[in-house]
Amino acid sequence: MTDLAKQLVRDWFGGLGRGALLCRDILSSLFTVKPVWRDVVYQVYFIGVKSQLVVAVTGAFTGMVLCYQSYIQFHRVRMDSATLAVVAVSMGSELGPVLTGLMVAGRVGAAIAAEIGTMRVTEQIDALRTLAAHPVDYLVVPRFLAMLLAMPLLTAESIALGIGAAYVVATFLLGINPADAWHQMIRHTDDVDIMTGLIKTFIYGGIIAVVACYKGLTCPQGAEGVGHATTEAVVYSSIAILICNFFLTMLLNTLLQ
Amino acid sequence: MIIEVRDLKKSFGPHRVLDGVSFSIAKGQAVAIIGISGGGKSVLLKHLIGLLTPDAGEIHINGQNIAGMNERRLLQIRRSFGMLFQGAALFDSLTVEQNVGFLLQREGRTAAAEISRRVAEVLELVGLAGTQKKTPAELSGGMRKRVGLARAVIYRPEIVLYDEPTTGLDPIASDSIDQLIRRVVDAFNVTSIAVTHDMRSVRRISRRILMLHEGRIYADQTPEEIFRSSDPVIYRFVNGIADPLEALSPISP
Repeated sequence: MTDLAKQLVRDWFGGLGRGALLCRDILSSLFTVKPVWRDVVYQVYFIGVKSQLVVAVTGAFTGMVLCYQSYIQFHRVRMDSATLAVVAVSMGSELGPVLTGLMVAGRVGAAIAAEIGTMRVTEQIDALRTLAAHPVDYLVVPRFLAMLLAMPLLTAESIALGIGAAYVVATFLLGINPADAWHQMIRHTDDVDIMTGLIKTFIYGGIIAVVACYKGLTCPQGAEGVGHATTEAVVYSSIAILICNFFLTMLLNTLLQ
Repeated sequence: MIIEVRDLKKSFGPHRVLDGVSFSIAKGQAVAIIGISGGGKSVLLKHLIGLLTPDAGEIHINGQNIAGMNERRLLQIRRSFGMLFQGAALFDSLTVEQNVGFLLQREGRTAAAEISRRVAEVLELVGLAGTQKKTPAELSGGMRKRVGLARAVIYRPEIVLYDEPTTGLDPIASDSIDQLIRRVVDAFNVTSIAVTHDMRSVRRISRRILMLHEGRIYADQTPEEIFRSSDPVIYRFVNGIADPLEALSPISP
C-alpha cells in the first residue's frame, strides 16, 4: 500500500473516531447539561421556518412530476386511478424524507458548517472555551435538538404538499376522477408508510447536525478551510443520507410491517 | 506558585514547537513572553489555559496538573482565567453587552440588572461607556480589543492572559491598550501573562520577561536586564537586527 493510501485510510478512520467522540459528547451533554431552550427555539426558526420555501417547492414539484410520469405508465394499462396512490406511498416513505434531507443538508448543513468553521478560524471557539462554555453545549446541542424537531415537520410539509400538488395535476390536468383517485390513495397508503418517512427524517436530521457541526469544529485554518468544511459537510451528509436510506428502508419494513 | 510549567513539549507534525519549557509564575506577577513570530509563544499561552494538550510535560495551575485533563474539568479551572485574544475573538452574533456579560449570563447565578451594572462598570474602565448595544462589526480594531479585555476581566479572574495585545494597532492605540493592561493589573491585582514581540509594550506592561528561543526558555530576566543584555540572541531580538548570514543568503525563486 502506498504512503498516500495509508494516509487516506488513517485520516478516514481518524475522522470516524473523532465523529464518534463528538456523538459521545452530544449524548453526554444531553443527559447532564440543561439545554438553553431560547437557543434551541432560535435554531428551530432558522432550520425549520426559514427552510420552508425550499422544502415546499421541492416537495410540490416532485409530487407533480411523479404524478405525471406514473400516469403515463398507468394509463397504458387503464389503471389511472392508481396514480395518486403511487405518489402518496413514494412521497411518504422515500422521496419526501430523502429530498427534504438533501435540501436541508444543502441549505442548513452548509450554513452550520460555515458559521462554526468561521468561529473556529477567528478563535471564537477558543474564546468560548476560555469563558467556561463547552462548544458542544453552546453550539452543537441546540442545533442537534432543533434539527431533530424541525426535520419531521418539514418532511410532513413536503409530503403533504407533494400529494396535494399531485392531486391538482391528476384531477385538473390529467382528468383523473377526483373521488376515485382519493379513494385509491387512502386505500393503498398505510400509516406505516408515513411513519417510515418520519422516523427516517428524524435520523437524517441527526446526521446533518452531527456532520455539519463536526466539519465546522474541525475546520482547517483560513477562508479556504471554511470553504472546504462547508462543501464536505454537504457532500458527506448527503451521501450518508442516501446510504442510510437503503438500510433504514429495509430495517423499518422488517420492524413495522 | 500560581502557575508552574515543567518540561513542556509540543510538536505539530515533524515541527517541534516547544522542546522542554519550564518556568513558574508567582501570584500577582506581570510577565511578558517574548520571542520571534512562529516561535511558539501563542502555543505556550494556549497550553496554560488548556486550549492545547501537550505531548509531554506538566502544567500546574494552583497546584492542579491540567495536562491531559478532560474538557469539562478544564472548564472549571478556566474560571480562574481571563484571556484577550490576538483578534479579540468577540462573538459576531452578540452585542457588546452580551459579549462582555457572556460568562455571567451563562452561569445564571447573577441577576440581569447586576450583570448590566457590571458590564457598564467594566466598559467604563476600558473607556467604552455607552457602547453596550453596538455589535462587534461596528467597532474599530482597538475598540474590539478593549471589549475583549472587558470580557476577560468582568468576572475578576486570578490570571489574565494576553495574546499579542497590541498587534495590528497604531502606536497610540497600542499605548492605550498597554495603559489599560496596567490599570487592570492594579485594579484587580491579577497575575498577568502577555505574549508579544512589541518591545515598547513589553517595557510598559511587564516586570519580568521570559524569552522563548528554539522551543526553550532562553532568558528569564527583568526588563532592565533584557534591554541591557549583550547576549547576541537577546540583543538582536530587542533591537530588531536580523541575523546577517540569514539576511545575506540568496533569495530562492
